[in-house]
Amino acid sequence: MTDIKAKIDVLPGLDPRAPLLEVNDLHVEFRTQYGISRAVNGANFTLSPGETLAILGESGCGKSVTAQAIMGILDSPPGFITKGEVKYRGVDLLKLPEKERRKVRANQIAMIFQDALSALNPVFTVGYQLAELFRVHRGMSRGDAKKRSIELLDQVKIPAARARIGDYPHQFSGGMRQRVMIAMALALDPEVLIADEPTTALDVTVQAQIMGLLAELQQQRNMGLILITHDMGVVADVADRISVMYAGKVVEEAGVYDIYARPAHPYAKALLESIPRLDMKGQQLNVIKGLPPALTAIPQGCAFNPRCAYAQDVCRQDPAPPSYIVAPGRTSRCHFWRDVVGE
Amino acid sequence: MFRYIVRRLLQMVLTFFGATFFVYALMFANQDDPIQALAGERPITESVRQALTERYHLDDPFLLQYWYYMKGMLTGDFGTSLTGRKISDMMEVAWPVTIKLGLIAIVIAAAVAVTSGVIAGIRRGSIFDNVTLVITLIILSLPIVVLAPLAQLIFGIKLGWFPPTAGATPTFWALLLPALVLGSLVIATELRVTRSSVAENLRSDYVRTARAKGLSRKRVIGVHVLRNSLIPVVTLIGVDIGGLMSGAIVTERIFNVPGVGFNLFRGIRTEDGPLVVGFVSILVIVFLVVNLLVDLLYAALDPRIRYE
Repeated sequence: MTDIKAKIDVLPGLDPRAPLLEVNDLHVEFRTQYGISRAVNGANFTLSPGETLAILGESGCGKSVTAQAIMGILDSPPGFITKGEVKYRGVDLLKLPEKERRKVRANQIAMIFQDALSALNPVFTVGYQLAELFRVHRGMSRGDAKKRSIELLDQVKIPAARARIGDYPHQFSGGMRQRVMIAMALALDPEVLIADEPTTALDVTVQAQIMGLLAELQQQRNMGLILITHDMGVVADVADRISVMYAGKVVEEAGVYDIYARPAHPYAKALLESIPRLDMKGQQLNVIKGLPPALTAIPQGCAFNPRCAYAQDVCRQDPAPPSYIVAPGRTSRCHFWRDVVGE
Repeated sequence: MFRYIVRRLLQMVLTFFGATFFVYALMFANQDDPIQALAGERPITESVRQALTERYHLDDPFLLQYWYYMKGMLTGDFGTSLTGRKISDMMEVAWPVTIKLGLIAIVIAAAVAVTSGVIAGIRRGSIFDNVTLVITLIILSLPIVVLAPLAQLIFGIKLGWFPPTAGATPTFWALLLPALVLGSLVIATELRVTRSSVAENLRSDYVRTARAKGLSRKRVIGVHVLRNSLIPVVTLIGVDIGGLMSGAIVTERIFNVPGVGFNLFRGIRTEDGPLVVGFVSILVIVFLVVNLLVDLLYAALDPRIRYE
């Protein structure tokens, strides 16, 4: 444990009292041959230790790109961070040289991915891929690294960890593979864990087990967890706060109870209304009409205006709605948030 | 795994007989007058002709001839060439030369192809990538019957960097130019496969994971990407050995390398049936064994492959 602390102290400007993770006005664009695709257009959020922040949104709204930008693993080119800050304990990670940045990955901020089968290297054993972390970041010997890897597999509740350490990813079931991913992410005791749709590729019973495991490990370690998902059901169970993203912007940020009870942005409201509910059996399911905008041609004004029931002329013109403070710790990017909440 | 190997070995026996029979039949059908071919321009007396016909079973039915031949070969007797030399003696001289030539060719080709392929795969669209593309296209479009004499003329005779022909006991240096020509047969495809394989693997999810683990770029590419990318390349190199064997016929002939290809060329031209079939039989075995080894290596490299 001491060596982890030592590594943190190396980061210049580190302030233990600063927020654990703070993302300010993050902009990411992809420069492709078809034009510039603006994937993230001003993402803001903060994360405290022990807190679970869910980033919610449809496919292509910029959730995963935000996560990759925080990790610093964007494919560049074509991806470029054009503006903003990603502060870990007061240190702007975007300004760090690559070598320093690399130390932050897995040590302070770790990430797990959606599809563990493709996210794990098919030709190396699970043990090798786990031990690699200890050997590269901690300079451990093969034997020690292996011992630690077995402990980790035990912690994520993989049965017969000692025997399975020599197995390849394809020899595990989907749920067990995701546990391996989690073990890998937690290997170096990070303070922030980003989970990018960790349960999407799994069936429902396994989903619940994995989310339960994540919640348990988070509590043990007092980790900040960013949970990226489009599954409102998963969010309601585990998240403390929710950031709803649309077309690369956080359109509403609120505590989980507030947002489920009284959403303050028409998009968040529409998302909630589109959840199938047992008491609405036999009725037409609410859907959000239209498609999310192409990121190469985001509408003027509020990006959601073409699909919005509340849209007025002011929504169709630049500038886009600012971030209104609905309540302390609660924001909405809608000119008419009072109407939305009031209903 | 064991069952798989046994099954493959049984298949090899069938392939071996099929291939040798085919070659034997071709040599037989092609035979015009081997005795005259043996004698060259000189006239042959009737008694000599009769003696030779009897000695080589030339009057027996075709199947019987094949039977005599196989019986001899399986007991280690490859017979004698129409030139009178024992074929096993000729092989003893020829094989080491060709193995040396082939190994130099494979090692050079693989080293160049993999190194440039990896660089081109990482820097797609760069100058290096485009230059290698053009060079490989040129090499691919030049048949070896053009490339070999051209290389001999330029590097052997005009520039004098290499000996233009190898001679009876070739040194490493003398084999280098023919090996380069031979290797160029396979270098282009190996390079292209490495390049596309590396490019594809670089885009895969596990590379993102490796980067998220805070590994250096060197380690991500040198360990994670390379190990995956080399799987198709290794398989290709195995298959290429067959191509090298046929390329050796032309190359050895042009550079006067006294190897298998050189003997085969001479055998085909003089209609020397026993010589051709003997050498081809060993070639078939070499090819089959190499391919079996490559398939086993494939399973060792890619843990997802399991042979039943």
